[in-house]
Amino acid sequence: MPEKTFKMLQINEKWCKGCGICVAFCPKDVLDIKSGKVIIKDIDACIKCGQCELRCPDYAIYLGGEDNEK
Amino acid sequence: MPSQLINNYFRTNSLPHIWCPGCGNGIVTRSIVEAIDNLNLDRDKVCIVSGIGCSSRASGYLDFNTLHTTHGRALTFATGIKMAKPGLEVIVITGDGDCSAIGGNHLIHASRRNINITTIVYNNNIYGMTGGQYSPTTPKGDKGTTAPYGSIDTDFDLCNLTAGAGATYVGRATVFNPKLIVKLIENGIKNKGFSFIEAVTTCPTYYGRKNKKGSAVDMMRYLKDNSINIETAKKLEDNKLKDKIIVGELYKNIRPEYTDEYNKIVDSF
Ligand SMILES: Cc1ncc(C[n+]2csc(CCOP(=O)(O)OP(=O)(O)O)c2C)c(N)n1
Ligand code: SF4
Ligand code: SF4
Ligand code: SF4
Ligand SMILES: [Mg+2]
Repeated sequence: MPEKTFKMLQINEKWCKGCGICVAFCPKDVLDIKSGKVIIKDIDACIKCGQCELRCPDYAIYLGGEDNEK
Repeated sequence: MPSQLINNYFRTNSLPHIWCPGCGNGIVTRSIVEAIDNLNLDRDKVCIVSGIGCSSRASGYLDFNTLHTTHGRALTFATGIKMAKPGLEVIVITGDGDCSAIGGNHLIHASRRNINITTIVYNNNIYGMTGGQYSPTTPKGDKGTTAPYGSIDTDFDLCNLTAGAGATYVGRATVFNPKLIVKLIENGIKNKGFSFIEAVTTCPTYYGRKNKKGSAVDMMRYLKDNSINIETAKKLEDNKLKDKIIVGELYKNIRPEYTDEYNKIVDSF
């Protein structure tokens, strides 16, 4: 079995406190804040760099699951 | 569902945590478990000890042997644990107030003894939990509730302090660059002796508000724009380094470790 390395961007809305850190430092402008919570604005632009996951203080956004498409 | 890393190492039923929106504490805490995961440590051989403060709440969220102790005394409990069970990987989570004001004495002596403990200080330059009193690391001139006109005390450089007192691995990184925090913690855990990692973090609620530092994002951007790696810093003139945050591996040394020395005495009888 080949290793599945390409993961999908996941959001755990319940834990998001809307701080905007992931939005501000995403290199591809994928994210936004709407009604105090993070939203995915442009998933096609996501390069799966994981910076949002590393800097989210609330573990509310991450690359996870399985996806072999991109 | 949180990520696998969070699921594996956090007590997820206690999440979301109590920290304010944009508080850097969550970033440091995630970095600690990433370092532990990278090193493949046996969870039952890890003991995480914290003092009191917003930062010290971290131990309660982590699924290891954990001990949430009293203000300033994390290192004393940790020293007891390490002496009794030298095989445990003892990791201390502390705040700038916790480790350098009330607990400053313990910090210098743990460094001097070179006891094999890895200490991570969440340095937010303030007493967060109690409402924004200035701490020994509040930059001179900055404000706190107890320094309404600006602090006149010279702030501590905790890395210089611990290196000077005898720690054998010392490094600093900011929450803007969690990868560096992870690397320093890994190396700190691997070092057989006292390791001190300063994680420069953000308290938008008190330090930020008192000092007009803007939003959580603004404070992160400040860390990004004002950090200089030690290797780059070595090539720059002093005036270019004024008010900059020097990050990276700052100090390394090899010296006898405390529990080893103690057990030599025990074994001599
Ligand atoms: C013996 C004792 N003195 C004072 C306090 C009150 N107190 C609780 S946390 C704290 C300071 C916390 O500052 P820091 O260690 O920097 O942690 P932070 O909240 O900023 O993460 C103080 C003074 C206490 N709990 N116990
Ligand atoms: S993985 Fe990278 S590109 Fe994708 S949303 Fe996160 S920060 Fe942006
Ligand atoms: S960094 Fe985390 S908590 Fe902050 S807005 Fe993004 S997902 Fe929400
Ligand atoms: S008071 Fe400051 S340190 Fe404490 S949780 Fe809020 S932002 Fe974080
Ligand atoms: Mg503090």
